[in-house]
Amino acid sequence: MSSFWERLLGRGNMRGSGQQAKDRLQFVLLHDRLNMSPERMEAMKREILGVISKYVSIDSENVDIALQRRESASLLIAEVPFINTIEGIDPDETPLPVSPPPASTRKPRRKKTTPTAEEKPDQDDA
Amino acid sequence: MTGKVVTITSGKGGVGKTTTTANLGVALARLGQKVALIDADIGLRNLDIVLGLENRIVYDLVDVVEGRAKLRAALIKHKSFPELYLLPAAQTRDKTAVSPQDMIQLCNQLRPEFDFILIDCPAGIERGFRNAVAPADEVLIITNPEVSAVRDADRIIGLLEAEHKGPGRLILNRVKGDMIRKGEMLSPDDVTDILGIKIVGIVPEDENVVPSSNSGIPITLNNSSRAGKAFHNIARRLMGERVPFMSLEDSGSFFKRLSRMFSGGGG
Repeated sequence: MSSFWERLLGRGNMRGSGQQAKDRLQFVLLHDRLNMSPERMEAMKREILGVISKYVSIDSENVDIALQRRESASLLIAEVPFINTIEGIDPDETPLPVSPPPASTRKPRRKKTTPTAEEKPDQDDA
Repeated sequence: MTGKVVTITSGKGGVGKTTTTANLGVALARLGQKVALIDADIGLRNLDIVLGLENRIVYDLVDVVEGRAKLRAALIKHKSFPELYLLPAAQTRDKTAVSPQDMIQLCNQLRPEFDFILIDCPAGIERGFRNAVAPADEVLIITNPEVSAVRDADRIIGLLEAEHKGPGRLILNRVKGDMIRKGEMLSPDDVTDILGIKIVGIVPEDENVVPSSNSGIPITLNNSSRAGKAFHNIARRLMGERVPFMSLEDSGSFFKRLSRMFSGGGG
């Protein structure tokens, strides 16, 4: 409720249910427009975090992945804080990204930064 | 003449499509335009009663489409405005009696003889919506400052874009200035922010609207009605005029606010 003086002077309470309506609509319309139900969104978040945590350890308490609208486009904004460990490796996690995979595995090829002998295409595809 | 086809739609029912269509038709006729109104809500005929023409129906939209009546014979001339005509909906059929292609052909027949052809779209997003939107040169989306109506309007805007009829312009109906001032209602700026389309009209809540429908005399003929004035302004904007939006404060003076405050702050 606005105060006596606010009402007398005709000033509104800026945090009334009108603002709630706007916030709730903006949230629900982002999902409507992408045909993305909350369950689908949760599934996508889990999958994204699963992929990221294969490579770095993440501070899962403080993850924030949400849809946002900027101008006319919808964006997926992900804030994924890492846990700072020495050289970025959490000793509890499997050291998968650090050691190069054996040449015989059929893992998808890693993105090449500098060409090395062990990342020759024919070896990976063998 | 090459008439402009304007479809009035909303998604949600009960937000004021028929009232808006009737009033824009009358307002445009008063501004010297020759206007045809089409009630596309087959099975739920309403535009005739709001305009006070319910006793004059001989033929309807489906009679014309199925060839039982000539278009000219089915058009009902308004009692007070000889330049305003209504093509009523059929009451005993359903939306499938007419196809989008039928509506396009019908409007093409009307275009040479009218300045404006306004189509009152049924609620929903099915066949009736597609019929009403198919011939449109412009689409007006009516909504109320309420979460359900705004959400449905957003869905309609998405569908219009898919049909290459978008984005359309918005009419915000039943706006209560005093509730917005208290922060308890979405403002026109909030709604255009959320929906991302241009606004062509802001119609204040007005207790004269129901009595005007009761008597079949559209509110825009009542010169003291603020809603009536708002419809008149929208008609001028449809004709390309630049008309400033009127203030939402109906009873916004210091003393009226003071008295309202002591009577419990209601609106």
